[in-house]
Amino acid sequence: MSSKDIKELGWDELVPGACLFSFTEPVENVVDLTMDERPYAPTNSHEASVGDWRVEKPVYNRDLCIDCQFCWIFCPDISIISRDKKMIGIDYDHCKGCGICVEVCPTNPKSLLMFPEQTDNEEALASWPEKEKK
Amino acid sequence: MAEKMQLNEVEVWDGNMAAAQALRQAQIDVVAAYPITPSTPIVQNYSKFLADGYVDGEFIMVESEHGAMSGCVGAAAAGGRVATATSSQGFALMIEVLYQASGMRLPIVLTVVNRALAAPLNVNGDHSDMYLGRDAGWINLCSYNPQEAYDMTLMAFKIGEDLNVRLPVMVHQDGFLCSHTAQNVRPLQDEEAYGFIGEYKPVNSMLDVANPVTHGVQTEEDWHFEHKARQHNDLMNSVSTIKKVFAEFEKLTGRKYDLLHKYKMDDAEVAIVALGTTVESAEIAADRMREKGVKAGVLGIRVLRPFPFKEIQEALKNVKAIAAMDRSAPGGTFGMLFNEIGAAMLQSGKTPVLLNYIYGLGGRDTTIAHLTDIYEQLDRCAKSGKSEYPLQQFIGLRGPKLSFY
Repeated sequence: MSSKDIKELGWDELVPGACLFSFTEPVENVVDLTMDERPYAPTNSHEASVGDWRVEKPVYNRDLCIDCQFCWIFCPDISIISRDKKMIGIDYDHCKGCGICVEVCPTNPKSLLMFPEQTDNEEALASWPEKEKK
Repeated sequence: MAEKMQLNEVEVWDGNMAAAQALRQAQIDVVAAYPITPSTPIVQNYSKFLADGYVDGEFIMVESEHGAMSGCVGAAAAGGRVATATSSQGFALMIEVLYQASGMRLPIVLTVVNRALAAPLNVNGDHSDMYLGRDAGWINLCSYNPQEAYDMTLMAFKIGEDLNVRLPVMVHQDGFLCSHTAQNVRPLQDEEAYGFIGEYKPVNSMLDVANPVTHGVQTEEDWHFEHKARQHNDLMNSVSTIKKVFAEFEKLTGRKYDLLHKYKMDDAEVAIVALGTTVESAEIAADRMREKGVKAGVLGIRVLRPFPFKEIQEALKNVKAIAAMDRSAPGGTFGMLFNEIGAAMLQSGKTPVLLNYIYGLGGRDTTIAHLTDIYEQLDRCAKSGKSEYPLQQFIGLRGPKLSFY
């Protein structure tokens, strides 16, 4: 696949069969590579921003997180960024704001909460709810 | 490795057995099939070959023809040599997936035993299913007898899998008239046949896990048009590969094929253009007309897609009256052959009389007498230099004569 944007390719430059490639080179050890180490091809969906239409976003509170990895497992868009089984943030280029991560978060209060898209993350963290009393 | 089958120099095979033997010799990785009359014996024979150890691949039993072609698409995208067979309603059920196969550029081989489309339900032969799939982006090869069904099926693999082509190929034969009529067939021995086709070379296969690939992606207006243009371009240009494979096959077997099958066309003044078993009947009718002093010829279409536009112009350039024979219910217009041959002749600058005959629907016999009648009509038109008959006539129909325009 050429490095040109796919929308600029002429008919004779396309790969026959409407094939899109994930990586620019063969990858034998993809499971050992983190997302930012992988040689993503321009045609890989990782290269496209699909979070543009989000109206609510999840905000993540490190102080409350127990690194259970539930959010990482359940996220349908691989938008939870995790390193060495530790939650470190959210990929806002791909998160569509579905709220599943918040739904599965088991802490009290939740360490992931949905806020309106325009809310500043610092502001969101400052307004975090207290632990519920039993 | 599969057992080799010892074949005689001459075997007595019907069209279905001939196609099944060609599939066996191609050593296919995956056949996904759902049997339907009259193509049932193809997959039935094939599964027996598999059970007896003559085939090394997988046979997938599916719930429908839609599932059969879907299984074929998946297996071909995964990187295997793949084939199946079908007819009529089953073919119609495959239609959606036929477009996936050609758009994804998967060289699947589909043996189509042509049969009428319901309603009314009918298991006998006509070309309604062939016409239904003619725009699906597949290469279409037509065989007129069991020997040709065998030869075309072998060549289909080599043509479709060529790296310049990578398109699926249909091989047509007439239901019952070819598929169930036993004739002498001269097969190749297994090693020779496999050697001719060659080992399968996967391209961008999904099982190549080091190079992950998404097949048949969503494109919308961004590059659907470009993609379809490339597919059409490669299909149109597959002619050179088809000719090359035909030439290699002739070298191996002495059996010569071309885009068109011409019979006494060199000096023909009247010609029948047809597909399927009718071509051979028309040859006999042409001989009888020649005894009466009429310069009659037959033009059989061997490669329906890509349509041999220029070759047809060349073959018919000196013909004064042409019968375009369409064995498919025309559905509110002229037959496909009439339209396409009409377009070719219009562009050639020649203006022969061109008549459209609708014949043999649902397995109705088309006899030498019918065909000589057609030649006599053509002869009269050729002599007067103008159309003396309605443009579209139904042949062999009970009741009052039916014609249009």
